[in-house]
Amino acid sequence: MRAQREDGYDDLLDALADDDGYYYACPAGHGSLPPQQVCPTCGDDELTTEPLPETGTVVTFTEIAVPSPSFSGQTPVVVIADFGPVRLTGRFVDDSDRLEVGSAVAPTVASSPDGDRHVGVRLASER
Amino acid sequence: MQAVRIAGAGSTAFGVSPERTGRDLFGEAARIAIDDSGVPRADVDRLCYGNFVGTVTERQGHQGPLMATAAGVTAPATRYESACASGGVALKSAVEAVRSGAADVVLVGGMERMHNVTTERATEGLAMAADDLYESRAGVTFPGAYALMARAYFAEFGGTRAELAAVAVKNHRNALGNETAQFQREITPTDVLEAPTVADPLGLYDACPITDGASACVLVSEEYAAEHDLHAPVEITGAGQGTDSLALQQRESLTRTPATTRAATTAYDEADIAPGDVDLLEVHDCFTIAEVLALEGLGLYDPGAAIDAAAAGETTADGDLPVNLSGGLKAKGHPVGATGVSQVVELTKLLRGDHVNSDAVPDATVALAHNAGGTVASATVHVLEVCA
Repeated sequence: MRAQREDGYDDLLDALADDDGYYYACPAGHGSLPPQQVCPTCGDDELTTEPLPETGTVVTFTEIAVPSPSFSGQTPVVVIADFGPVRLTGRFVDDSDRLEVGSAVAPTVASSPDGDRHVGVRLASER
Repeated sequence: MQAVRIAGAGSTAFGVSPERTGRDLFGEAARIAIDDSGVPRADVDRLCYGNFVGTVTERQGHQGPLMATAAGVTAPATRYESACASGGVALKSAVEAVRSGAADVVLVGGMERMHNVTTERATEGLAMAADDLYESRAGVTFPGAYALMARAYFAEFGGTRAELAAVAVKNHRNALGNETAQFQREITPTDVLEAPTVADPLGLYDACPITDGASACVLVSEEYAAEHDLHAPVEITGAGQGTDSLALQQRESLTRTPATTRAATTAYDEADIAPGDVDLLEVHDCFTIAEVLALEGLGLYDPGAAIDAAAAGETTADGDLPVNLSGGLKAKGHPVGATGVSQVVELTKLLRGDHVNSDAVPDATVALAHNAGGTVASATVHVLEVCA
């Protein structure tokens, strides 16, 4: 487990754990995720914090048969899902047999075997 | 602005050589390229050198000076790092140095050594090309990232694993007889489709191998070439670079590679050519889907239209547009930091007529090299033309 908290990133994970996720929005409506000083699309520095939609739609996913050392011995499933103005890449924590492009999912927090937290994704129907 | 000629080019054998140090590999590639050029080492004004994971696999930073010593030159030397596009960005910098008049002679190259560590360690190093917070920590590997793009492509445009398999089969066939290629053997579509899954929908034979090796070129100004009566018939007429968001989640589309398009637009404009003028190309096929995305990003095919280019024979050696006649990253191998330069080494030989596959493109005058980093967050495109 990482001993050092990281501003922005860990704050978002804490919020996701409380089902209170958020994203940054610029006046033009571009979305981004913390830490971010300015809008990555247009450079505007007036970023507001907006609630992350409760459900998103799976755009793509993969089951990784040859994992990184952090997931040794496992076959992690990773999802990218649309949540309105932002997309989230997260590790899928439910039964992947029920996963397909277009599935409705919700954001959450997941942990690797060594305790590192990261963005997780679960089926919205399991909420 | 000075025109840029390729005076010399060469690569080590690509493959598995854990016993050879990085400095030994690059020293050999530089020696071959310098010998090929006929340029005295003392005339080298600059060394531009690409390397990605040397700090992980060899625990060696500050490789610029190390590689200058290996090459026997005393010129200012800098290491360039842009993941798998490290060689390409080193090359672009070398081109700019000659064009601007800052240098008459530049030694440009790259090296990667990965078999001296475990596959797990090498894979971990390569995964550092992804966004650590939002991708690597969630378990995304390098093959996993391309698998995400492949499934998104299938969902948006259709396509099959068999069509991707045709890319791998083609590139292995092209590597036959290429004496520096890692895999000089043919494979069948069945081999690809029945290979173990790495990250579905991609299998082991959809992926390029882990490769040790180095490549180098000697670039000179047109004026220097003329003054020294060098045989340097190939000119780099276009050089472009593009950047995209590092994380896939930040991109507008998971099936487009705008960094490639931006790099290509610049390179085409500089060379004053259109995509249709390209006779042959080397593209960054780290995975089979990557070749498809490259051909579309380069404007050679519409989005969604390149998936069956290999299966239809359009990009095979006897097709209208031969792609990866060297074998590509898939079969020639992918010594990461060297790859962008190795593509130009192969194209230079193909255009000069001294490549094993030169007979496939006897009248070719325009070639293109496309090098990509990560999931194409970085891309370079270089246009090579035979001088009249």
